[in-house]
Amino acid sequence: MSRYRISEADKVYAAEFKRNLDAGDWFHSPGLQRVLNAMRGGPSAGKYVLVVDEPFRRWSLGKTPGKRGDPIEIVPGHRFHSLKEAEWEVFKLRWRQHTGETLSL
Amino acid sequence: MPKGAGQQREMRVRILAYADRLSARPGEAVEIKASCDGPVRYEAELVRIVQGDINPDGPGYREDAVDVDLGGPFEGRLQPIHTGSYGIVEDNEAFRDLSTFTAFAAIWPTMPGEGPQTIIARRDPHTGAGFELFLNDSGVLEFSVAASAAVASSVSTEVPLQAQRWYLVVATLSAPDGRMTVTQHRLPPHPLPAPVATMTREGWASAVPTDVAAPLTVAARPAADRPAERHFNGRLERPSLYASVLSLDGMIARLEVGSGSTGDDDLVAAWDFSIDISSHRMVDVSHRRLDGGLVNLPTRGVTGRHGNADAFCWRQTPERYAAIHFHDDDLYDAGWETDFALEIPNGLRSGLYAVRLHADDDEFYVPLAVLPPRDGPKAAAAFLLPTASYMAYANNRIALDVPETEIVIGRLLEHNKHNLFMQEHPELGLCFYDVHNDGSGVFYSSRLRPVVDMQPKIVGALGGTGSNLWQFNADTHILGWLEHCGERFDVITDEDLHREGLSLLENYRVVLTGSHPEYHSAAMLDALEAFVHRGGRFMYLGGNGFYWRISFHPTLPGVIECRKSEVGIRAFAPLPGEFFASFTGEYTGLWRRNGRPPNRLVGVGMVSQGFDVSAPYRRTQASRDARAAFIFEGVDDEIIGDFGLSGGGAAGLELDAVDHALGTPEHALVLASSERHTDVYLMTPEDILDPVPGLGGTEADIIRSDMVFFETPGGGAVFSTGSIAWAGSMAWNGYNNHVAAITANVLRRFIAPEPFSFPGATAE
Ligand SMILES: [Fe+2]
Repeated sequence: MSRYRISEADKVYAAEFKRNLDAGDWFHSPGLQRVLNAMRGGPSAGKYVLVVDEPFRRWSLGKTPGKRGDPIEIVPGHRFHSLKEAEWEVFKLRWRQHTGETLSL
Repeated sequence: MPKGAGQQREMRVRILAYADRLSARPGEAVEIKASCDGPVRYEAELVRIVQGDINPDGPGYREDAVDVDLGGPFEGRLQPIHTGSYGIVEDNEAFRDLSTFTAFAAIWPTMPGEGPQTIIARRDPHTGAGFELFLNDSGVLEFSVAASAAVASSVSTEVPLQAQRWYLVVATLSAPDGRMTVTQHRLPPHPLPAPVATMTREGWASAVPTDVAAPLTVAARPAADRPAERHFNGRLERPSLYASVLSLDGMIARLEVGSGSTGDDDLVAAWDFSIDISSHRMVDVSHRRLDGGLVNLPTRGVTGRHGNADAFCWRQTPERYAAIHFHDDDLYDAGWETDFALEIPNGLRSGLYAVRLHADDDEFYVPLAVLPPRDGPKAAAAFLLPTASYMAYANNRIALDVPETEIVIGRLLEHNKHNLFMQEHPELGLCFYDVHNDGSGVFYSSRLRPVVDMQPKIVGALGGTGSNLWQFNADTHILGWLEHCGERFDVITDEDLHREGLSLLENYRVVLTGSHPEYHSAAMLDALEAFVHRGGRFMYLGGNGFYWRISFHPTLPGVIECRKSEVGIRAFAPLPGEFFASFTGEYTGLWRRNGRPPNRLVGVGMVSQGFDVSAPYRRTQASRDARAAFIFEGVDDEIIGDFGLSGGGAAGLELDAVDHALGTPEHALVLASSERHTDVYLMTPEDILDPVPGLGGTEADIIRSDMVFFETPGGGAVFSTGSIAWAGSMAWNGYNNHVAAITANVLRRFIAPEPFSFPGATAE
């Protein structure tokens, strides 16, 4: 498996992602882009998505089933009022999925 | 709403509808077909779509009521969609009293073991009487014979079939003792001999059915509560029925194309799929001519058990294309009954309209382009609604099925109620961006079904940050701008252009495209080229235009084919030897690979895509050329389009650039080029010969939009933006911005009758 494995050494990119989100900067360093590709790629089953509660205003967190016809599940306990907030929350959830650690900056 | 693990969101898309056509002229009738899953009554009205974006930062959603009484309220009823293709031959005397017979076919299953799948059957779904040769739940070949549901016998080969291998599959029954056999026999070509090449099992039928009245079906069996069930996934060749028990060698010989046509006394019927490949008929080569029909457009013009060898086109070696690929998710025409018909009133101005069906919180829009009267006055400008591209993307599952979509949009996917509904309702059918359940490519896409993403108010997935619009709704940014400009315009569609050709365009001075006119038939391209070459003015306000070649079916309405051969940005690669459209025999794929790159028509061609943020253009020295002065009148800025609703810039989503080797005219002025795209933008596969690092937006020079202007010999001219996101910038700040101003400058000059002079040409 040559898929990139996120590790402690990538914490610098987690910090960059937070900065880029706050600044509205979409140009990520190659190192951060690699972390994001690893987090955002992979199979559809169990993938985090946003579910729109009110267009352009409010979102919940969902998970895709990976199978046509099956419903998208709502992950309880997450409500977002901005896309930035949602991105950072999911980044932290995925950080834990990939490294087993809670991201603390 | 209660919280809890596994909790599901309530669906609120309970009205679905479609029309028998996407465009009409005054006096013509349009039939509306609706299904209500819940609402018992609904109302309907005709509205004119002015601007469909609901983003609070956009110019504001606007639809105008049209004073036409459509009748109603209407009674809501559920009209289901039944996917799955199959063949059906009407009941015939020759099928009756067949107490001794052999039924066989060659098959290449793609999903053995995933539910029972009929190969050939003649069975009354109400009594259960008849016979069926099928793959059972375990992917094992099984033959069942029943005098009634209660008196049934079956025998199976016990060894599951392998996916994507050719087999001869056989059922025999012989009276009077009721001996039944089932046989699977591996056919070449396959890479190595099969561990078990041939397997036969026998049994006895406790009762042989007689007097069964039922059609014969292939790749599905008739069902009691729907047209058909147990759809077969895979390829199937030469289903045959004989009134005797044949030997294995005898059957192998009879598999050969043409062998059944003469001198075979026991032959009841044999269907040769290499005949009439463009049709939706299955042709019987026996003297009885028991031709059947094919439902839901299974894929034709695909290689059969002989493979393609050195043959690459079904027109030249049809015998190698004697298979049909059936899918349980094929869909052509949902076949709904009409709820009501609407006659386009005389005097209704040309434009984009929709029939809005609604009940309480549910609504569904059925779009409809109203053309001007055929012989009546026309506006100077026509907006060409890219309905072929809408069909190509109809109900696409890019955001639902493709795991990499989150990477290319550079942020989390947002699923609204329409996406949630589509996820749970795959029966809405597939399009060119999807693969079938068995992983094979989708070659056909129809509009005779509800198309959820061809509505106003819809938010897409690939539309970039901001409004996130795609295709139909993105094009309302341009329509809203036209309204804002106050210039009169007509609306025409791709399908009209395909059907009517140049005559549809010849009374217009200007034709404007949508944001993403990607799919064109040869007839459409011929008409546009002829229009431009005889003095027409063409405004290409999009990106990724004129990219794929499509074929409309010569007789079936509302369906197009695209095979995406060779190369290009695509969801699948068709198999070798399958690059020619079954509808017409045309070589499909990129127009660039058909010798007609978009650069010839509009000066630019597709170079990259990415769906996060868009970039601005920077003006070039050439934009100061006197020939281009009219374009920038009143615009002093050096940077163009550093704002917008589609990714925050005017150049984005899909980008086109000039390429003289591909036919960009040498006198074309490159007025501006975009700068600084993210690394989500990558080069297109057709430009990547030797993959080397540096293919992304921050490194590859080719990744840019070029804004281009050039004159044509007949006094015409072309203006191209080469960017899907351009329209999103036009609509920025209520259409008050320099992108809208540039576009309006071009429109007004293009409407003016004074001919453009061709640079360097001697005066005419
Ligand atoms: Fe496209």
